[in-house]
This record gives sequence, C-alpha cells and structure tokens, in this order.
Amino acid sequence: MLSFLFRRILIALPTILLISIFVFALQKILPGDPLLVLAGEERDPETLAFLREKYRLNDPIWMQYLAWVGNALQGDLGISLRTNQPVTELMAQKLPVTIQLAVMSMIFALVIGIPAGILSAVKKGTATDYVANIVALSGLSIPNFWLGIMLILLVSVKWQLLPASGYVPLSEDFWLSIKTMLMPSFVLGTALAATLMRHTRSSMLTVLSADYVRTARAKGLVERVVILKHALRNALTPIVTLTALLFGELVAGAVLTEQIFTIPGFGKLVVDAVFNRDYAVVQGIVLVTAVGFIFMNLFADAMYYVLNPRLRGQ
Amino acid sequence: MSHLKTAMITALLSATALTASPLMAKDLRIALQSDADVLDPDQSRTFVGRIVYASLCDKLVDITPDLEIIPQLATSWTTSDDGTSITMDLREGVVFHDGTPFNAEAVAANIERSQTMDESRRKSELKSITSTEVTGEYQIKLNLAGADATLLAQLADRAGMMVSPTAAAAAGADFGLNPVCSGPFSFTERVAQDKIVLTKFGDYWNADAINFDSVTFLPIPDTTVRLANLQSGDIDMLERLAATDLGQAEADANIVVDSAVSLGYQGITFNIANGEKGDNPWGNDKRLRQALSYAIDREAINQVVFEGAFAAGNQSFPPTSPWYNADFPVPARDVEKAKALLAEAGYADGIDLEVQVPNTTVPLQLMQVVQSMASDVGINMTITSKEFATLLADQSAGDYTASQIGWSGRVDPDGNNHQFVTTDGGINDSKFSDPKVDELMNAARTAPTVAERKALYDEAMVIMLDELPRLFLYHQKWIWAYNDSMKGFTPYPDGMIRLEGVTWEE
Repeated sequence: MLSFLFRRILIALPTILLISIFVFALQKILPGDPLLVLAGEERDPETLAFLREKYRLNDPIWMQYLAWVGNALQGDLGISLRTNQPVTELMAQKLPVTIQLAVMSMIFALVIGIPAGILSAVKKGTATDYVANIVALSGLSIPNFWLGIMLILLVSVKWQLLPASGYVPLSEDFWLSIKTMLMPSFVLGTALAATLMRHTRSSMLTVLSADYVRTARAKGLVERVVILKHALRNALTPIVTLTALLFGELVAGAVLTEQIFTIPGFGKLVVDAVFNRDYAVVQGIVLVTAVGFIFMNLFADAMYYVLNPRLRGQ
Repeated sequence: MSHLKTAMITALLSATALTASPLMAKDLRIALQSDADVLDPDQSRTFVGRIVYASLCDKLVDITPDLEIIPQLATSWTTSDDGTSITMDLREGVVFHDGTPFNAEAVAANIERSQTMDESRRKSELKSITSTEVTGEYQIKLNLAGADATLLAQLADRAGMMVSPTAAAAAGADFGLNPVCSGPFSFTERVAQDKIVLTKFGDYWNADAINFDSVTFLPIPDTTVRLANLQSGDIDMLERLAATDLGQAEADANIVVDSAVSLGYQGITFNIANGEKGDNPWGNDKRLRQALSYAIDREAINQVVFEGAFAAGNQSFPPTSPWYNADFPVPARDVEKAKALLAEAGYADGIDLEVQVPNTTVPLQLMQVVQSMASDVGINMTITSKEFATLLADQSAGDYTASQIGWSGRVDPDGNNHQFVTTDGGINDSKFSDPKVDELMNAARTAPTVAERKALYDEAMVIMLDELPRLFLYHQKWIWAYNDSMKGFTPYPDGMIRLEGVTWEE
C-alpha cells in the first residue's frame, strides 16, 4: 500500500511541473499588456518602463519562468501586481473559504444525490424513477448563476431569511458563517447531486441484477437489508472515487457561484487575476489547485484500494 | 434568576438607549462595484480605490459639487502674479493616523514621494512643480515651471493626498499594505475581494462631523446582488446602481436613490494616424466620422440602453458642466446629412467600419444600438469585442480603426482633453495632431482666469467637433442607492462618497 502511494506521488511530480509550464506559457500567449492596465489611465511611459523592469517582463519567457520556479521552491510565489499583497498570503486568506464552500456543497450533493439514486434504481421504470431523473436533469441544466440570483431574490430580499451574499469566517461567528454559505453551497451542491444521482443509479442497477443479490433475496432477507447492506455497499465503490474527484473540482473553483454570492474564494480570485493579467496570482492558484486535485486523485485511488479487498492482493 | 432578570433588563435598556440616539455607534457598510487595487495614493489607479481614500486620506484641497476648489488640509493659498508659484497655508493641529504631525515638511515629503518614487503613478500630475520651499511650520511654497491652472485640481485628488511621511519612509513601495493617512477613518484590515475595514480616527481634525464608528467597503461585482444586499439590509449603501435596476430601487420605500452626472465621457476613438492602420478611410477623411456622428441619435441611445438615466453628450464635458460649449448642443439625428457626407467622401454606396468594444454588457449593447443606427445611412459596422486589457493594448499600439472607450473624467477640463488630442499627448491613441489645437490646449493650461480658459476650450472644441478624433456619445451618471436611515449624503460629480456630516437616524 505504501509503495503504491509513493509511486503515485512520484508520478504526480512531473505532472505538476508540466502544469506550471503550461499555465505560464498560456498566460504569456494571452493578448493584452498587464502593465497598460496597471500603469493607470494616464500610462506614464517612465513608470511603464520601471514596472516592466521590476516585474522582469523584459526578460525572455524561459528566464521569467525559471525565476518563478526558483522562488516558488523557496515558498515565495511572488506578489500580486494589483494589490502588492504576497500571493501566499492571498491564498492563505482564500483557502479556508473555498474549503468550507466545497465541504458544505459536497454535503448537500451527497445527502440529495445518493438517496435519490438508490430510490430511482430500486423503483426503476416507475413514476418515482422518472421524477427523480427529471429533478436530476434540472439540477444539471439550471445554470448556477440563475438559480443563485433567484434564491437571493426570494430567500434574502423577499423572506429575509439568509444573508444575500458575502462571507463570514467560521471563527468569527459560527452560525452566521454557516447561514451565509447555505445558499451558495446549495446551488453548487444541486449540480453535483445530479451527477452523483445518475452514477449511484446506474451502479445500483448493475449490482441489483447480480447473483448475490438474488441469493440474498432467496434467503428471505427483508428488501431494506438487501438494498442497504448488500447492494449499496458494493455499489458505493465507484461513487467514492467519483466524490473525491468532484471534490477536487469544487476546490478548483466554483467560479460563477463565488461571483454571484461574492464569496472571496479561489474561483473569484483567479478570474479577477486573469482579467487583470495578475500573472503571479494566476500561477500560484493554478499550482496549488493542481496539487490539491492530484492529492484528491491519490486519495480516491487509496480509498478504492481500501474499499476493494480484491485489489490488495495485487 | 434575579441575576438573569437584571441582565436582561439592562440589555433591553441599553438597546433602547442605543436606538433612540441619532448618533448611535454604527458600522457603515458600503458595497463597491469592484475591489480596489493597492491602497497607496501614489500607486493606485482604480476608481473604487479613490472612494476608499475619500474616507481614509485627506487631500490638500477638495472640491464642491460645482467643482470649485475649497480648503481641506490647506486652509488658504495665493498664486504669485506671474503664476509660477503657489503659497499654501496649512491647517494646524492635524495628525496622521500614526501620530506623526502634519506640517509643511510633511507636504514637501509627500510631493517628493509622488514625484520621485519609481512606482509612482502621479508623476505627470505633478510635473509642473519644480521644487518646494518650507516657508514656515504651516506654510509651503510650490515653485512651478510655469503657470499651471490645472495644479489645484490635481491636488484635489490622489496627487494631493497626504500620507504619513514616517510610515511612507518605513514601508517604501509596500505602503499600500498598511496605509497611514490623516483622513476621518484609519486603516484596520483588508481581505482581498472581501472587505476593507476602516475605523473612526479619534484625533481627526473634523471628528465632530464624522458619525460612524467604522466603515466597511465590500466589493460586490454583480449589480443585482448589490441591490439585493441593500434591500435585505446587509449593506447600507451601494455605488453605481445599474440604470436598469433604477425602477426596482425607486419602488422600495426604504431606499433612497441619488445621482450626479459624472465628469467623464463615453464615445468612440478613431485611429487617425497611429501606425499603418491609421491610414484608412475613417482616419483620413473627417467627413466619414461626421457622417457617423449625424447617423446617431444620442438621446435614443440614452433611452434604449440606459432607460433615460444617463446624459446624452457630444463633447468631452457633459452639457451640465461649466466648461461645455453651449454653442454646440447635442445634435439631433440627421440621416440625410449623414448620407450626403458619405456621398461627398465617395462612399455613396456604403462603407465598412470595424469597432473594437470591451466585452462587457453595456458597451456591447451600446454599440449594437449604434450599429443599427449606422446601417440606416449605409455604414456597415462590425463589432469586435475584446477583453479590456487586450483592447487597451491594441488601441495603444494602433492596431484598430475605431475603439469604443471612455474616460472617468477629471475635475479640471485639461484632464479630459490635453493628453488625448495634443500632438505629444500621453494617451493620444488617435495620434491626432493639429497645431491650432496644441496651441489652444497649452494656452488653456496657463491662462490665469476661468473666463480666459473657457474661451480657449470653446475655440478648441470647434475644431475637435469638426475633426472628431473622438466621437462622444453619452455621459454616465453616478447612481447611489442607500438605506433611508442615512441622512445628509451629498452627490458629487466625481463619484466619491464623502461621509462628513452624514448621519444615521433610525
């Protein structure tokens, strides 16, 4: 098991390197000059020249990249061209926000998606199945920004039940923090729930037609036990993997949802940084997100290994 | 039990006492359209940054809503007869947030910082100051290269903001991470894209006029969400309400809407002679540009795109400005004249025009309306939408024919014109050049009286309206919406939020 994980980490390292090169190059290919935006409306040529020098934008790209890698290895991801704040500090501010949003969304997704999937598999072909499918499809099809604005108008403006937008740290006011995050995580969660529901359904359908389920029924077990104890456990293995992967996606950015609900997380940070050509910030976020994503992948592999005893022998 | 009772009664009493007092301790929450950039007046460049400074950093002078210059940290000033120096008397008893006293030395240090710090974006604004002389603890003399009528207006904005010289010397270019000024509120905390928190400064020279314990600025980019937050009571005020949301805001009895015509403009800039692309029919023949201008119904644009909330315009100042040339009011649409001009220029059968546009909703809608108006006279307009940084780079490099772009506006008329239309103007992306315009614009910088300057701008405007390197379309209005408990807010054409004298009464 350990050597398996170690191998996977070794494979991940070049991936991270490649991603950083790719993103660096991609940013430089983008048209537009960051300094024209940075130098202010009046664009004084002297200031422009100084800033180009300061941020090493006159150097060849490969030199800029090597300088960045050198600093990054020492834990220095540079400073934001826009606010002068260190990138590491910016991300330290955003990471808890993004993680809280991701965890809460995932809770919504699991609580809605898995029971709906089971129900729809067990009642396959009945009205319940169709309703569950329609709901799941709507969850996938309704754009997040639309659902978000509708919720704000209804829940916050009309009923005044929850704060309309923003973010309160957990440490500052626990319940207010949860309340503020409820709507955005619901919006994100419903979209994921649809994916989870579809996968749970198909996975359950496969398992339900397996021989051992027929055996269990033949033994005279109650249907509830057959489904929850025998079928579900086996059906869940792929779902666990999927959940870990979806979680990685969540951390990577709930860009639109964060924009609508004005949540100061990774997604909002990276979008604003791209528009402002804030190279260091984009680069830093992509790196950390890639590491996070790879880590979640690893976690998924490990979980698979733990859940599926057949793999352990290999 | 009795303990609990007493506690509850005390709490209740203090709660009522608090609500009864009109000057209750309150944190004012203001939503901004975007997040400010670095909070260093010498380095920053965003509009929202200036809104934060209005509470954080005092300036040497301020403006009235009618754009007159009035004292702030400088209490009075005299200009020498030849205009080459300004002597300012400074307010006594003012301290910066870190306790450093404000005096003539501090002003000298600030001007030096703005002029010499490598990262400074204020160099061009203070170019005319050649040296400073401290002539008394509270008196400073600014020596100028020549008469400069625009300088006081510059000192009424970021170039005139005073930062603590001690803090600035210690922090250098990192000053913006923890700004120290002398304004009514001091810097407390900033979480990027989340909030900027300022706390009332007890030793502020005009502390009696400040009625809030703290003010929090929250960047909320989506205008619908900004308004929803105001309606739900999560914020107290918002800036730049979308014209399309006006109806909803005005219908809410708990919300007050205020507005002021901005100092800036929106329009189309043509490439006259900027690189190879300047050599095109639109750059070479002013009749084409005139034809497009006649093809446009500016009032209709205001009605269709902005629900009539903004101001139609045809000059670099809005019609409400004292600098507007009243001899040339916003022209009515004249399709026949436009067609005649096209025919005269040899394009009776129509002509193509590519316009680059920032890829956001309003500019796109605007240009679609203009496009359909232009097609009526035979101008076949294509809209190329570009992300803003790209648009700006292409425009600066001359890689465009026409560009839909605006200007946030300056208090002094020079700021809306000189750098765009003079031959060596720093942001003359048209590369428009006309010796007469150069002469008039330069003269307007040094002319001693307002009347003389107005005459010079009037004369220049005649040429600019004939040549049309910039074709003006409309002037934005700053629209604020706020909770009706907030009293005493004054709209200013610079779009700033000044909290002096503003109170909260529930």
